[in-house]
Amino acid sequence: MNSADLASRTETMLLNLGPQHPSTHGVLRVWLELDGEVIVNADPDIGYLHRGIEKMCENRTYHQCLPLTDRLDYLAGTANNFGFVLAVEKLLGVEVPKRAQYIRVLMAELTRISSHLFWLGTHGHDLGAMTPLFFAFREREQLMDLFEMAWGGRLFPCYFRIGGLAADLPEGFMEKAWEFVKAFPTRVKDYHNLLTKNRIWIARTKDVGVMTKEEAIDWGWSGPMSRGSGVDWDIRRDTPYSSYEDFDFDVPLGVNGDTYDRYLVRMEEMVQSNRICRQVLEKMPEGEVNVNDPQVILPPKDKVYNNIEALINHFLLIEKGITPPKGEVYLAIEAPKGEMGFYIISDGSPQPFRVKVRGPSFINLSPTKKLAKGRLLSDLIALIGTMDIVLADVDR
Amino acid sequence: MDTAIEKVKAQFPDDIVDSYEFRGDTTLTVTPAKLVDICLFLRDDPDTSFRYLSSISGVDYLPTSPRYAAVYHLYSHQYKKRLALKAFCANDELPALPTVVPVWSTADWHEREAFDLVGIKFIGHPDLRRILTPPECEGYHPLRKDYPQEGF
Repeated sequence: MNSADLASRTETMLLNLGPQHPSTHGVLRVWLELDGEVIVNADPDIGYLHRGIEKMCENRTYHQCLPLTDRLDYLAGTANNFGFVLAVEKLLGVEVPKRAQYIRVLMAELTRISSHLFWLGTHGHDLGAMTPLFFAFREREQLMDLFEMAWGGRLFPCYFRIGGLAADLPEGFMEKAWEFVKAFPTRVKDYHNLLTKNRIWIARTKDVGVMTKEEAIDWGWSGPMSRGSGVDWDIRRDTPYSSYEDFDFDVPLGVNGDTYDRYLVRMEEMVQSNRICRQVLEKMPEGEVNVNDPQVILPPKDKVYNNIEALINHFLLIEKGITPPKGEVYLAIEAPKGEMGFYIISDGSPQPFRVKVRGPSFINLSPTKKLAKGRLLSDLIALIGTMDIVLADVDR
Repeated sequence: MDTAIEKVKAQFPDDIVDSYEFRGDTTLTVTPAKLVDICLFLRDDPDTSFRYLSSISGVDYLPTSPRYAAVYHLYSHQYKKRLALKAFCANDELPALPTVVPVWSTADWHEREAFDLVGIKFIGHPDLRRILTPPECEGYHPLRKDYPQEGF
């Protein structure tokens, strides 16, 4: 082959991105067909973390399914619990007391901030900005301390239970939460100072992964992904659940539908979540945190030890489980990453007949091929970052 | 969402098998033959405007027959309403349904998932491959009721 042939020879190259690659945020593998540095075809290969949670639920009581939902989107455990307990409560036809609803909103919003901080840190890091990671994780650690106070762990809460909460807020929680809520808006300004007008950041994110409003709806995007494209839809506002109608908050919208706009939307969402937290802390009502229904909620421990009816009740709930009526419900909540839906079919037995998890990450990832085509390889890293996927939620 | 149901019933009188409400969720069972037409109608009619497909769930109703169904959860941003469409597969041995990818692009991965886990074939799907389980698993659909939970 002479040098002239070599110069004109063009053929595409196949490249595996992942499943072990720091920028893929978990075990995502993308089959790439590259022409030089330009992506000709990108096909995400998922399923490396498929644990069959939907199948496992079919052989467990509703209470036993709850810890499995923790492990969907592990950066926002309460959001998964929230969707599941609300779906089961809808199936049972019970509503938890106001205080429990408020505590759930508080935890869900703190979780949203924590999930967005993780996104900010890793997204920035992927695109070459090291400092936001340290700044974001500093605040995230404070949130993790709060979470540890409430449920004893960092990532897997299982704090929301069917019919209420595992326990009321611990002593000193409100004060620490106030501390965080008061300080957080100035922290967001720090993040803005680092990135928003940063020329490299703008060059890496502007006009990357552009989705129009119509395309975003057609491709099933939800949450900050669709709001970045200007879809004015927030489940918390449009179909409120768990007393979200009691709180004032704005729904930020993007204009261009690119990675930069989605960045701005998420930044503003953190501020709005903080606003909701502030209102919850101000308005927090007193009272019980569990429904008064012995068929749903476990009796208090001191009664179990001293009262035979409570002991039998406890035994039945643990051994047999709750038995919702025959029927099917679909319930979706606004998780940090988008619409988190649970479709539960009950045949009247203590185990669900079918549980379908509609995770936001799975759907947000699906237009990868469309968005990556014709772009540079480095844009794909920005794309994966902006989709804010958690592979445990993609693969279930 | 009474207006949507009335409109669909008026438009497709022979293809609505059943409709029921439970805890505020409306489910409409339709015949597979007209599934795509009904979906297009629900998406494009200004009074229904279900432009968003939330999810597709494959369901195995063993031991009843028809055994397989797919449930489509729709949302209308305009009216802030949800609707569930259910279609049963006519054949229990080789379950199949027409694809709705031309109606909603997002159906692509939803249908691949239902094909992978429940084994419903979506006719006309542009790229019907397994998505969560490995491609070399022949005749293996874990969400079927006769598929064991453990010890296989």
